[in-house]
Amino acid sequence: MDVRVQEHAFDAGKELNDFTARQEHAGAVVSFSGIVRDVPGGLRYVEIEHYPAMTQSALSDLCKRAQSRWDLTDVSVIHRHGQMRVGEQIMMVATAAPHRAAAFEAAEFLMDYLKSRAPFWKKEVMENGETWVEARAEDDTALLKWSEK
Amino acid sequence: MEVLYFAWVRERIGKPKECVETNAATVSDLVEELRQREERYAAAFADLSAIRVAIDQELTDFDAPLEGAREVAFFPPMTGG
Repeated sequence: MDVRVQEHAFDAGKELNDFTARQEHAGAVVSFSGIVRDVPGGLRYVEIEHYPAMTQSALSDLCKRAQSRWDLTDVSVIHRHGQMRVGEQIMMVATAAPHRAAAFEAAEFLMDYLKSRAPFWKKEVMENGETWVEARAEDDTALLKWSEK
Repeated sequence: MEVLYFAWVRERIGKPKECVETNAATVSDLVEELRQREERYAAAFADLSAIRVAIDQELTDFDAPLEGAREVAFFPPMTGG
């Protein structure tokens, strides 16, 4: 398991290749990357704030939950904070498993929880002002499908 | 205890953290004390449905007891990913 919270940019392709190369008993690797999306009016940059004392442990807990729920060989989460411009990588999740279903589901689970349970906040800074991104109701609804049966 | 604020809660209150002496029994009681202090606190805590809280870096709710808490953080719903 690898959880990194960092300000500097990362190379998602290299990270994915390194992650894949580390696996010994996997038959499937799934990855997701989040990138900075432009907004109407033009985005100067997005600023991501986080809660340093909580972020690492919150992400590690999510990874452990995924590992206890699915048959995974490995999980990796990288999430940036600070300023990023349109098109830059914000974060990535990678999962590895013997079979693809577990890798797909665990990656989606991690993203759904990371969206609304990891302590990050995005502010969009435009030419003519700035605004905090509001959480979407769908993000909370997305968690319902993972409630333990 | 240390009280931390993030994102627009931090901006409305005007500081990232402060040390608060309190006998508040629960998070709700602490919020009520803060609201009484100054208008900017009342503004920040006007709508609690828009605020999340963590005690010692664990998400919790406004009914949670504060006994033994070292750090309480208030922030808007998270928007990572």
